[in-house]
Amino acid sequence: MKGLKEILKHSGNYLTGIAAAPGLTIGKAYVFAKEVLEINHNEITEVDEAITLFNEALEKSQKELRKIFGFAKEKMGETRAAIFEAHLMILDDPVLIGNITARIKQEKRFPEFIVDDEISKYQQLMFSASEHYMKERALDIEDIKNRIIRNLQKKRWQSKIPHGVIVVSGNITPADTILFTKSSALGYITDHGGLTSHAAIIARSLNLPAVVGTHNSTEKIKDGDLLVIDGFHGIIFINPDENQIEYFTEKIKHLSEINQELQGLTDKPAETLDGRKINLLANVDVSSEIDLVITNGAKGIGLFRTEQIIEEIGEFPDEEEQVKIYSKLADRIYPENITIRAFDIGGDKVRQFDLQEANPFLGLRGVRLLLENENLFKIQIRAVLRASIHKNINFMIPMVSTLQEIKRTKLLFDECKAELHKAKIPFDKHLKIGIMIEVPSAAVMAGDYAAEVDFLSIGTNDLIQYLMAVDRGNDYVSDLYQEFHPSVIRTLAHIVHEGKKSNALISICGEMAADTLAVPLLVGLGLKSLSVSPSAIPSVKRTIRALDYSKAQKLAEECLILSSEDEIIKTIEKFFKDNLIQRTRNIL
Amino acid sequence: MVETTVKIVNKAGLHTRPAATIVKLASKYKSEFFISKDGLRINGKSIIGVMTLAAEMGSELHLSFDGEDEQQMHDEIFGYIKGGFDEL
Repeated sequence: MKGLKEILKHSGNYLTGIAAAPGLTIGKAYVFAKEVLEINHNEITEVDEAITLFNEALEKSQKELRKIFGFAKEKMGETRAAIFEAHLMILDDPVLIGNITARIKQEKRFPEFIVDDEISKYQQLMFSASEHYMKERALDIEDIKNRIIRNLQKKRWQSKIPHGVIVVSGNITPADTILFTKSSALGYITDHGGLTSHAAIIARSLNLPAVVGTHNSTEKIKDGDLLVIDGFHGIIFINPDENQIEYFTEKIKHLSEINQELQGLTDKPAETLDGRKINLLANVDVSSEIDLVITNGAKGIGLFRTEQIIEEIGEFPDEEEQVKIYSKLADRIYPENITIRAFDIGGDKVRQFDLQEANPFLGLRGVRLLLENENLFKIQIRAVLRASIHKNINFMIPMVSTLQEIKRTKLLFDECKAELHKAKIPFDKHLKIGIMIEVPSAAVMAGDYAAEVDFLSIGTNDLIQYLMAVDRGNDYVSDLYQEFHPSVIRTLAHIVHEGKKSNALISICGEMAADTLAVPLLVGLGLKSLSVSPSAIPSVKRTIRALDYSKAQKLAEECLILSSEDEIIKTIEKFFKDNLIQRTRNIL
Repeated sequence: MVETTVKIVNKAGLHTRPAATIVKLASKYKSEFFISKDGLRINGKSIIGVMTLAAEMGSELHLSFDGEDEQQMHDEIFGYIKGGFDEL
């Protein structure tokens, strides 16, 4: 079967974006254009009646927005929904409402004209600001303005989306999400937004493929175009040719067969044929993924990336908010454990701090940045401790390169514990602390560092990047990003070996663990705990269950003496073939 | 009338949540309250107004309070902004 690369090579009819929700689908496009409201700017004679109408429209809008608020809370979590509280307040703004009412009386024109004119003034001010988030704010307010106007015109919000279409839209507001969940869309494509946009979250919660942040999908795609969404790779094909249709139809067929087979694995253990138990955990980006974590049968959360909370709500969550988020996840996953990783900010992640660094990936990121901002760090540590009352939370420090960083973090922990103790606030006194091994210095020193902490977690993405000195986002050198490079494999073996000297648990949480090709090698190297994205759990589990640990160990030994990535990959592929193990990735 | 200047100390600036809190605090008082920044003067009791202020960390807001409870109003709102919106 041809690979995706080959398909892409010979075609120009595709768009790329952010792979926001996994899955594959073929369907007709429905370009969701916002209805343009016609504004009546004529004069009126009945002023009192107009003002009554205006007040009724405000009330109706409030009612609608409260409903959406409730829905958003349920689907997107309270922190994210809280932002809409401000939007509700706008409908109650004494200055805005006062001005509009006064103008209706004075100018004697249709209220919808005055509402449009008055709110647009504020939008103009927001649009003219240089800050990007102000433009988003202006777009959000458009929703409120149109809502009032539509209620003045006593029109219904657009409520008919044809069934079974792929929705293509500029951006998706919380109000739209209600509309979309009611119809049976096949998938979503948007011009704007990232992993935490409304569209991405809603698609994941509905288990539909989505590609977001395509920039120009609404320009390139016409209503009724045939589309293929590849939510695994973030690619959309527009009016695919016969070859492409055949390719994806076959893939979709395989995928559904595999999914059926994999569903049967949920309650089965991740155990090799010869009885070695592997702890198969989930990486979680946004808390709404927890449902998939549970339905796919993960034995806990091996990595919760807290910096995504900042992305999601656009600011640093305060202590109370963090306690809420962590407690909720810990409750849901109980009696299994959750490993919460401290904010990993810097590099390419979350630009809350306006740092001008020549080499951000070698700069102030992860624990380095946290130790420079102790208050922020302590708020998070306290929140994690407070959420740990059921004793199922571990805490992990990102980007550790020196022993000093571990010791300083532990001191902050002691300070926080003393503060909570003094305030008589309960917490888990034995909360486990671990570190990410993703910087080469930490990999080399793994044995010494392991003696200081309860566990090590290998972050392969950054480790490979730093080990090979390659930025995988850089097209010129991304070929050098080699998961199976012998230096990577030998480093993993070194970490496992060093970790055995103390009692520290070792797990791996990078993307590599989700690659079924890597699974026999990782298991063979002696790793007993793998943490992967929730959607990869069934396929990884199937691979583990088809393995013989003793054979996997031999495979690892063989690979450790090879000196190129090519040879290693060929050896592993042969292993799959010889042992008749199916690989999900070939079909994906 | 009480007038004062205050600096935004939060990393994330004056984002939506503190904007809402400032308006809520202001609504408890009878006095008038205005915020000025870069020539833009808005009523501090108006959420849509406060939301139009793009105030990054380090930017300065000019606050003016006028009315019977101006001092208490000043103390609470000035304290809230200066203290980093209870987020630091």
